[in-house]
Amino acid sequence: MDKKTVVELCHITKRFGKVVANCDVSMDVKQGEILSVLGENGCGKTTLMNMLAGIYYPDEGKIIINGEEATIRSPKDAFSYKIGMIHQHFKLIDVFTAAENIVLGTGEDEKYDIKAAKTRISEMSEKYGFHIDLDKKIHEMSVSEKQTVEIIKVLYRGADILILDEPTAVLTPQEIRRLFGVLRAMRADGKSVLIITHKLNEVMEISDRVAVLRKGAHIATVNTAETSEKELADMMVGQKVSLNIDRPLPENPALRLDVDGLTMTGPEGNLVLDNVSFEAYSGEILGIAGIAGSGQRELLESIAGLHHLDSGSVTYYNPKKDKPITFFHKSFERVMELAEEGMLRYADGRDFDGKDEDGKPLHRKTIKAVVEAGEIFFKEDEVINLREKTPLQIKELGVRFSFVPEDRLGMGLVGNMDIIDNMMLRSYRRGHSLFVDRKKPEELANDIIESLKVVTPGTHTAVRKLSGGNVQKVLVGREIAAGPKVLMAAYPVRGLDINSSYLIYNLLTEQKKNGVAVIFVGEDLDVLLSLCDRIMVVSGGKVTGILDARTAEKDEIGLLMTKTDSVKE
Amino acid sequence: MITFLVSAISIATVLLFGCVGEIITEKAGHLNLGIPGIMCMGTAGGCLGTSLYMGIANGNPSWLLLVLFSLVFSVIFAAATGAIYALLTVSLRCNQNITGLAITIFGAGATDFLMSFVDRTHFDAAGKLISSPLPFAKNLGWFGEIFLGHGVFVYIAIAVALACTFVLNKTRVGLHLRAVGESPATADAAGINVTAYKYVAILVGSGIAGLGGFYYIMDYIKGSWENASIIEAFGWLAIALVIFVLWKPHLGILGALLFGGCYIVAFVLANVTSTQKEIIKMLPYVITIVVLIVTSIFDDKENQPPASLGLPYFREDR
Repeated sequence: MDKKTVVELCHITKRFGKVVANCDVSMDVKQGEILSVLGENGCGKTTLMNMLAGIYYPDEGKIIINGEEATIRSPKDAFSYKIGMIHQHFKLIDVFTAAENIVLGTGEDEKYDIKAAKTRISEMSEKYGFHIDLDKKIHEMSVSEKQTVEIIKVLYRGADILILDEPTAVLTPQEIRRLFGVLRAMRADGKSVLIITHKLNEVMEISDRVAVLRKGAHIATVNTAETSEKELADMMVGQKVSLNIDRPLPENPALRLDVDGLTMTGPEGNLVLDNVSFEAYSGEILGIAGIAGSGQRELLESIAGLHHLDSGSVTYYNPKKDKPITFFHKSFERVMELAEEGMLRYADGRDFDGKDEDGKPLHRKTIKAVVEAGEIFFKEDEVINLREKTPLQIKELGVRFSFVPEDRLGMGLVGNMDIIDNMMLRSYRRGHSLFVDRKKPEELANDIIESLKVVTPGTHTAVRKLSGGNVQKVLVGREIAAGPKVLMAAYPVRGLDINSSYLIYNLLTEQKKNGVAVIFVGEDLDVLLSLCDRIMVVSGGKVTGILDARTAEKDEIGLLMTKTDSVKE
Repeated sequence: MITFLVSAISIATVLLFGCVGEIITEKAGHLNLGIPGIMCMGTAGGCLGTSLYMGIANGNPSWLLLVLFSLVFSVIFAAATGAIYALLTVSLRCNQNITGLAITIFGAGATDFLMSFVDRTHFDAAGKLISSPLPFAKNLGWFGEIFLGHGVFVYIAIAVALACTFVLNKTRVGLHLRAVGESPATADAAGINVTAYKYVAILVGSGIAGLGGFYYIMDYIKGSWENASIIEAFGWLAIALVIFVLWKPHLGILGALLFGGCYIVAFVLANVTSTQKEIIKMLPYVITIVVLIVTSIFDDKENQPPASLGLPYFREDR
């Protein structure tokens, strides 16, 4: 183990505004080793590596390369220190061939000779065991081929230290095996390889040492041979911290949403949702835990009707038995549909099918009058299949979904519109006049500003001018005001300070007390464990476990989050 | 028939200059709707150069000097107008479409204004000199008349288009320029000076486009001048041509001939009504729309506009 140290990070600290991404991190990289950088989302592993690659510059501390202090201000500087990074999002030009992408920006002072360059690339490919067609255009390539081009691009620029940001996230098991073969060949050639990852089995298989980060701090660097998955998971998630969040027991939980076997193919051709099944009950908070990008977003969006599914079903249960039907959430057409399906009855038990005793259709006005008088009741609970329905169709079916998406200003609110207009996005279809009703949304906006303590100059301020926390309050306030039966929230406290976060937690708990089925996608395990009733863990688009949040252990969740199919040969 | 082809080639030359200039700009990721205005300014510059030289030459002009003088002036004026566009869209990151339209309106107006000062007394003579055919054209009958009977600017246009294809596809500069237009972030990370490439491409592209307007006035209509609106119209046609030839300068030569033919056939055909004439003049635009529809339906990755066309590049957006 007496290998030369090539990179030393000394007391590196990096802040983004008030957020500390890395705090006093010190670690080293040796020549000819594969070092895994392990940690949860947001633990600062990518930020730390970006400082080596010249994307960010550390606020404090120094980087020592081959014994000399280095200043890395740009990717170009990084290359001059022979450091190259392969990012998660490939920086390749679609309409160029592999060879053109590889030589891009190199050899300014030599004659442009793509043939000579190709020969050089081929020699390199043979040495490390790449299989690549250099004349193939990037847009014709699979993800794994694109990754290969990125790796060759870095090697072609003479990198001795390679950083790979979650290289296996989009690869199939065979492709991962091939990648690992290449990494081993590079190690044998004396190159140092750093892999950012959160997959424990891969860490155990490929790396010589593991550096574990947690909440921006370096916890330890251990030799892989002397540790175990369990120990690493413990280091990664840390001790359980109890949070002071009020968590009443669910009252009369009833099935609200039944998701069965959801499967969906992503744009890269891989399965982003793989046979996901779960149930959500009224009066409880179902937490969804997982590494970011494990399919949480796609899951919520497909329930909300935004994606085309390969297979599976989403069924909504509306416990309406013996309750009157109203026009508040059902359109006239929907009422007629239910009447034809034989779902409705009069108060005295006679069937209501929209026809009179002689079988002639009732007049529209008559039907409206009896429904508005509350004389028509559901015979059974309403069961609605939501698969392949658009959000508008779901709304017209009278299903009360509220969705607080991850991307607040992209999917939730319109940044350039004021708070009132954003309220109207959900209610503009109400009313019968040619002109929209602005009064009620204005009242709602004022209500939300007051009750959620939104800091804003007024209801007419563009939403994008508000701070992140206030934007989120406006969005959550609007979604809750719609009186949902199912409330889905993706990372609702991301970027919020402690007080705003607690306000959101309390709002969710309040909804739960009102009998709403709440689905909460979170990233902080401590919050999930203290807020939710049940926690579903997803990994790579699959459900790896559903646990009782009151008894679950943090490391148990940590292991489930990092559970992937084995890649061993 | 021969007159028709000769005229078609002349109109094609105007369009080809504009088209090649616009392709170079678009390859850097900038949709320059200012091309019509820039072509107008190229005309103004070229005419100014001609007028200055004819003044100096004092009745005894040399062909070479006249061509050089007018060419340099035309390119400088057009490139200077392009520089305004570049400053606004590259450095100040203004909306490219709005900036382009503003440049077009400005260029056309400024040209009318400038032309009112230009001394046009010797334009007739200068026009004849500039459009004088290659020396041995007369001996080759119809072949010479169609292919060799044009002024030097026709051959400059073809040479520029071919050179442009070569540079774009076979040189490092071309590779880098295409990279800038496809993905400036990738180019930046690869150590390419994105801003410099964009500026140079816009200036060179504008300079080339400007020659189109000058050629039309001095060569095709032999120095007569009414106003800039006809050149502006050619500018729009040139932008449509860029789409029609799928951003390939060498195809621009053939595309320009087709567009030029469509344009001129309306004037040449004897027994067509004015309504039919207008319909024929519409053809280039209809063809362009059809090309856009076809390429979109087939979603052919090879024949798409540069991926970052029209998008400003902020380095901080990583």
